[in-house]
Amino acid sequence: MQASTTTDHAADIDKHVRVYITVFVALMVLTIVTVAISRYHLPVPLAVSVALLVATIKGSLVACYFMHLISEKKLIYAVLALTAFFFAVLLALPVLTHSDGFYIHQ
Amino acid sequence: MEIPYTVEVRRDTGLTNGKIGIWLFLASEVMLFGALFASYILIRTGAPTWPRGDSILNVPLATFNTIVLITSSVTMVMAWASLMRNRFSTFRLYMGATILLGGVFLVVKYFEYSHKFHDHLFPSTNNFLAIYFTLTGLHMLHVMGGMAVNAYFLGPGSKLWKTNPEWFTNRVEHSGLFWHFVDLVWIFLFPTLYLL
Amino acid sequence: MSEPTSVATPGAHVSHEAHHEELGFWRKYVFSTDHKVIGIQYGITGLLFLFFGFCLMMLMRWQLAYPGAPLPLIGALFGESRMPGGSMLPEFYNELGAMHGTIMVFLGVVPLAVGGFGNFVVPLQIGAPDMAFPKLNMLSYWSFFLGGVTMLVSFFVPGGAAQSGWTSYAPLAVIAGTGQTMWLIGMIFLITSSLLGAINFIATIIQLRAKGLTFMRFPFFVWAQFVTAFLLLLAFPPLEAAGVMQLMDRVAGTSFFLPSGLVVSGQVLEHAGGGNPLLWQHLFWFLAHPEVYVLILPAMGIVAEVIANNTRKPLWGYRSMVYSLVFLGFMSFVVWAHHMFMTGMGTAMAAFFQTTTMIISIPSVVILTALIISLWGGSIRFNTPMLFALGFLPMFGIGGLTGLPLGLNVADIPLHDTYYVIAHFHYVVAPGTIFALFAGIYYWFPKATGRRMNEMLGKIHFFGSFICMNVVFMPMFWVGMAGVSRRLFDGGEGYQFAQPVLHLNAVSSWGAWTLALFQLPFIFNFFWSIRNGEKTDDNPWQATTIEWSAPSPPPHGNFRVSPQAYRGPYEYSVPGAAKDFVAQSEA
Repeated sequence: MQASTTTDHAADIDKHVRVYITVFVALMVLTIVTVAISRYHLPVPLAVSVALLVATIKGSLVACYFMHLISEKKLIYAVLALTAFFFAVLLALPVLTHSDGFYIHQ
Repeated sequence: MEIPYTVEVRRDTGLTNGKIGIWLFLASEVMLFGALFASYILIRTGAPTWPRGDSILNVPLATFNTIVLITSSVTMVMAWASLMRNRFSTFRLYMGATILLGGVFLVVKYFEYSHKFHDHLFPSTNNFLAIYFTLTGLHMLHVMGGMAVNAYFLGPGSKLWKTNPEWFTNRVEHSGLFWHFVDLVWIFLFPTLYLL
Repeated sequence: MSEPTSVATPGAHVSHEAHHEELGFWRKYVFSTDHKVIGIQYGITGLLFLFFGFCLMMLMRWQLAYPGAPLPLIGALFGESRMPGGSMLPEFYNELGAMHGTIMVFLGVVPLAVGGFGNFVVPLQIGAPDMAFPKLNMLSYWSFFLGGVTMLVSFFVPGGAAQSGWTSYAPLAVIAGTGQTMWLIGMIFLITSSLLGAINFIATIIQLRAKGLTFMRFPFFVWAQFVTAFLLLLAFPPLEAAGVMQLMDRVAGTSFFLPSGLVVSGQVLEHAGGGNPLLWQHLFWFLAHPEVYVLILPAMGIVAEVIANNTRKPLWGYRSMVYSLVFLGFMSFVVWAHHMFMTGMGTAMAAFFQTTTMIISIPSVVILTALIISLWGGSIRFNTPMLFALGFLPMFGIGGLTGLPLGLNVADIPLHDTYYVIAHFHYVVAPGTIFALFAGIYYWFPKATGRRMNEMLGKIHFFGSFICMNVVFMPMFWVGMAGVSRRLFDGGEGYQFAQPVLHLNAVSSWGAWTLALFQLPFIFNFFWSIRNGEKTDDNPWQATTIEWSAPSPPPHGNFRVSPQAYRGPYEYSVPGAAKDFVAQSEA
């Protein structure tokens, strides 16, 4: 959504505002959920998976609706897809390089 | 000399220059925080033991901060929506609320940090604290930066509303995108550091 | 060709009178937001740093040629703490080495190639009035400037400048003197400059290109800068994060990169420990590998422009060159650990990085081959820009081919960290990129000044430099294969196995000092021609790309009338055309 003559889109904005409130409520609920789950002291791999899953859902809501990514242009999607790929490479490869090898950990 | 597509979109991309610019900047920020997350992963997986976040850090305070930041994201997008509805005074209210909530976040962080220092828990104490202070510290700098830009648009920058309302609305939207990103980073930081 | 005057933006009734009234000296020449002024600022500053970095190396070469010998005359200037009795201390050698690399890469080549040529040429080549974000552009330059000042000032702090290599490996860099902290701060300024610049380039190229200028009609130079900008945008932030962490280690006592039980000079370091020196290497090389493509891509872009123009033919294989460029940029993010083969990684990951590294050599070869084939059947004009562009081709070929054994993890074992590596990368950057940059200077000088540089001086500059570059760097392959490591302050003199090749150090040194002499005609030519060069018209090279349809030098706003692209970028020798070229923006 970019700025255009403001009056044309007033009705659109009303719809958007309803979405913002809904997303806000969802984010609050998910925040409570993630804190509540953490009290169960799940085994680390499970705890990490669940926490990341909830965080990803929350993050996606913020990105899609507050940041309007759900209705963005293809070019922005392309840039972000490229970034996401390199982000994943940066997160995965160093630790993979270490788990496969004999570098001595403390 | 006019730079085209500052306010109106270019037909084939459907975007203004500023919209592309801010998303490119956010892409670079993803890589910045990504590197710190990658460091966290490498250090944690290489460590013989690693403390649970809630054994060292204050979860209730951070949960409160999470709620504060998410709320500020809503007020931010409402500020932009107010401009789209031509309601300038409502914009000022929401923008002010966003900055205020940012301030609350900083105050809470101040208390968190000083409590840690009081208990002789410093970045140099162990690697958990090192990555905690670095990640939250860098995030905090971004909160301050966002607040500064927002304050500019609430204050002296708001003159632009009178002369070029579309451009002003766009710039507020772009500032909002940065603010939402700061919120997004915290959404991942919070469970990673405090809950795992 | 009657067209509406510059693209008007409907909603923007903000007055931009600032652009039309006369700006004072400071706003016009120092704090300018005009991409051409900023480009020249980057260019001159970059050239000065290149020269300074070259001087640092010439000092090093004395020590390498005649280890321990006092340097006559100049030696006394460096004082007792660096050159007691004119004889170089190892610490000073390391200081020179680390700063030579840092300055050449981050303060010399990239600012000149991207900040200088990119800023000046790209908006003109795409028919734009300026960059998308002119104020941000100015900020980028001054951030770079501050970074440069920080790096220079670091020479004067106690302990001197950074001494841990341009790679600043932990744990050495973490325990090093104050100069290293300044290096880190300087890098933060430089990285910020590059990030802001990258945003500007990408937005500008996508949004401000002229009507009719589709992506596949871009001059290859524009494509090169476009891909380079993505490399800078996405690869630099991890180094910035790493820099912050190293600062934390140095200043806040953290142990991100310090392993437990680290012993320094016989004493166990009182640190938390638990850190990982390899974390630094991963984050550093995640940037530094794409960085080397940042060094070469603009150069390839320049060479492509000069070759098309001086063969009077379209580039051969334009499409494959573009696809290769994009593929190369993408692959550059997944090869970095070939700089880390000797760190103890297992065979699976070594095989992965070796494979991606071999794959990435393919697009480079495609681009080089296409450039060579582009010469076939051309009406070649051997002017100075073309000589440098032609010289680039075999030099980049040697540099690229010698990289192959380094990219294979087993072959890398005897070659890692030897002079072979130094020879390999210098071939690519020195008679590679820097030759391309010289080509660009001679080529675009008339556009920026309205005058040509002197051809005779240019030819002396070229032939002298070409011979000397090879005298400097070719012997290093043999020195490296004999097993002499990099960064040895005596060039290997202390080792028995190095004795048979030591004389080659002196050969390289004399080559370097002679190379310096051959830069004098260039320096003189450059400054003399600004005022006294032969005046030219707008298009002295009879070139097709859009920058040549603007006046020389272009005014603020570049084009009186917004240009439009009607055809591809290299319509040379079109059958039936009135001249041997048809301009891209000619109706």
